[in-house]
Amino acid sequence: MTKWGQKDLLGLENLSREQIELVLSTAESFKEVSTRGIKKVPALRGKTVVNLFYEPSTRTRVSFEIAAKRLSADVINIATETSSVKKGETLIDTGLSIQALKADVIVVRHNASGAAAMLARHVGISVVNAGDGWHEHPTQALLDIFTLKQKLGKIKGLKVSIVGDIAHSRVARSNIWGLTKLGAKVTVCAPELLIPPEVEKMGVSVTHSIDSALSRADAVNVLRMQFERDTGAAFPRQLEYFKNFAVTEERLKKAKKDIIVMHPGPINRGIEISSAVADGKNSVILEQVTNGIAIRMAVLFLISQVRRKQ
Amino acid sequence: MSMLIKKGRVVDPKNSVDRVCDILIVKNKIKHVAKTINAKAQQTIDAQGCIVMPGLVDMHVHLREPGREDKETIASATGAALKGGVTSLLAMPNTTPCIDSPQSVSVLQKAISKTAKAQVLIAGAITRGRKGHELVNIAGLKAKGVTVITDDGSSVDDEKVLLQAMQHAKKHSIVVMCHCEDVFLSDEGSVNRGLTSTRMGLRGISKASEFKRIERDISLSEKAGAHIHIAHVSCKESVDIIRKAKKKHILVTAETCPHYFALTETAVLDFDTNMKMNPPLRGAEDAAAIKKALADGTIDVIASDHAPHTDNEKDIEFERAAFGIIGLETELAVTITELLHTGIMDWRRIAELVTLNPSNVLGLNRGSIAQGDEADIVIVDPNQEWALAKQEILSKSKNSPFINKKLKGRSMHTILGGKLVYSYREQT
Repeated sequence: MTKWGQKDLLGLENLSREQIELVLSTAESFKEVSTRGIKKVPALRGKTVVNLFYEPSTRTRVSFEIAAKRLSADVINIATETSSVKKGETLIDTGLSIQALKADVIVVRHNASGAAAMLARHVGISVVNAGDGWHEHPTQALLDIFTLKQKLGKIKGLKVSIVGDIAHSRVARSNIWGLTKLGAKVTVCAPELLIPPEVEKMGVSVTHSIDSALSRADAVNVLRMQFERDTGAAFPRQLEYFKNFAVTEERLKKAKKDIIVMHPGPINRGIEISSAVADGKNSVILEQVTNGIAIRMAVLFLISQVRRKQ
Repeated sequence: MSMLIKKGRVVDPKNSVDRVCDILIVKNKIKHVAKTINAKAQQTIDAQGCIVMPGLVDMHVHLREPGREDKETIASATGAALKGGVTSLLAMPNTTPCIDSPQSVSVLQKAISKTAKAQVLIAGAITRGRKGHELVNIAGLKAKGVTVITDDGSSVDDEKVLLQAMQHAKKHSIVVMCHCEDVFLSDEGSVNRGLTSTRMGLRGISKASEFKRIERDISLSEKAGAHIHIAHVSCKESVDIIRKAKKKHILVTAETCPHYFALTETAVLDFDTNMKMNPPLRGAEDAAAIKKALADGTIDVIASDHAPHTDNEKDIEFERAAFGIIGLETELAVTITELLHTGIMDWRRIAELVTLNPSNVLGLNRGSIAQGDEADIVIVDPNQEWALAKQEILSKSKNSPFINKKLKGRSMHTILGGKLVYSYREQT
């Protein structure tokens, strides 16, 4: 039996294959809870989970909140607009205050890469990374992988393409670590300037052609293009991006018939993905959202097990 | 006042000495160096089994005084220096206010004369406020005893301004110390650009931001005929460019810092801000190239780039944390650990790199242990193993990447102007 053995979930880079598989199998047993008439188990009764979000997020925060509540934990949401963060309180001070309030878990979303790791070094309670800068978004990748595994039965040997702004994507990084650890063949696809330097050394192939990314792929993970993000001249215009990189029905005709289309959301219809594909038979986008709850329940459960033993 | 140092292995890079002998110091000068000296002295130090070498000359130190005395002061930095075997240091001018006029040099000199525990020399800025536009009064600085000018922390972007500075510097026999960085290529990065920046999801600082600027500054110095000194060399490409320039007999010297050969970029992967400095830690092949360049004479000087920052500036999100680390208390030990005990070089070359060569760049008369020399000496136990504990750090700031790292070699006694100013005592 694999041990989880850590108080935090900061990223997939530092998880072993066994630890990732443990999350997936734990999620499998939690998935059923959400189908019950009374969607609640007492696993985290008496525990307090604090969602500390420094960036706007709806689906990730709600997903964590629902996951925690289905485990019977108490949940507090802190949004930066309403907290003393506005007064210049540092992340560490905020974390220490939350610890002093006797919370058990902090789920943190922050725009600086490494913020979750820094917080975890300073507090004794559990920290779950809900996205740090461009670095990692481990629960998103875990739910992507979970969805793939549910659909195709395995990860090993699968060809998975990730399309979009790889350079600035924490979803891409976490997916790369997780998928490669489980034996998938990963290709990343983007315009040249949106590919981070030396990304091949993470064990992936690189292409600048959407057609070659789609051909022979078992699954494609389409990333949200954030044109509102200030990343300088590297960004092509929206229309140009749609023309050259969007996943459309036309392009899917040349791909495997049963290719799985994923998207971490929220989707930009008509930019990185056409509406027809987003709503089409290959899309598992809404299943991803549902699976996100099971994954986050599994993560909250596993890290809390460690705390209980201490 | 007299002092006798007995039976140490004396390493004197200037006079190519490396043998066991005694040293007699009277007042502030070395009176006699010989196999056996039987004279009576008021103080005797048994240096058997130890290396006796000139005190270190660290030509790259940020004192933070004036302006940021919460990070470091002249007193705290020089105290840390003595502990590390550093007897002379060059203070960088990027203080608040900036040291960019003869008046500001005078004010700082006055403060130094009151509180400094080691010899402190002052580097002046190249441009007013280090803004890169208007040249400082170079002749005026020279008259105050300044021998080096630098806008360290920033590169002078305007070639015309830098060329002019070099021409003036040449006229006044002043060394222009170049912080070589093209900030556009640095891309507001905080770690080495490549796999490391990609893994961490951070903007990367390319090596090109350094070596392209070194290339430019060397070509300007060739034009001006001025002596330039390249600060904190971090990568292989820079080393290659400097090696070529030296082959062409261009008047260039270069420095690196212990962290660029003792550490590599993998040290930053867990977002430890004590591993964050500018230029950033590079790859293993870069550290290897730096070691080779130190051994073959391409790089002349090891300096600390001692850059104190408070916890408030370091214990924050990685990309927002201040660049820089402290180094005065560890530079000699790290150098010995990485370059001597690994067999890369001998004591004489090490002594050249940390004493004689920087002394020569600064126009000082240090780096020598012969009759008549100023008695600035460090006595080193080459085999003592230790690790730096945070609470032992004398510097006001504690931002060292070497905390708890195993080191071999420790400065046991530091002598400044004939006075024993530091002795290591085991903490009990």
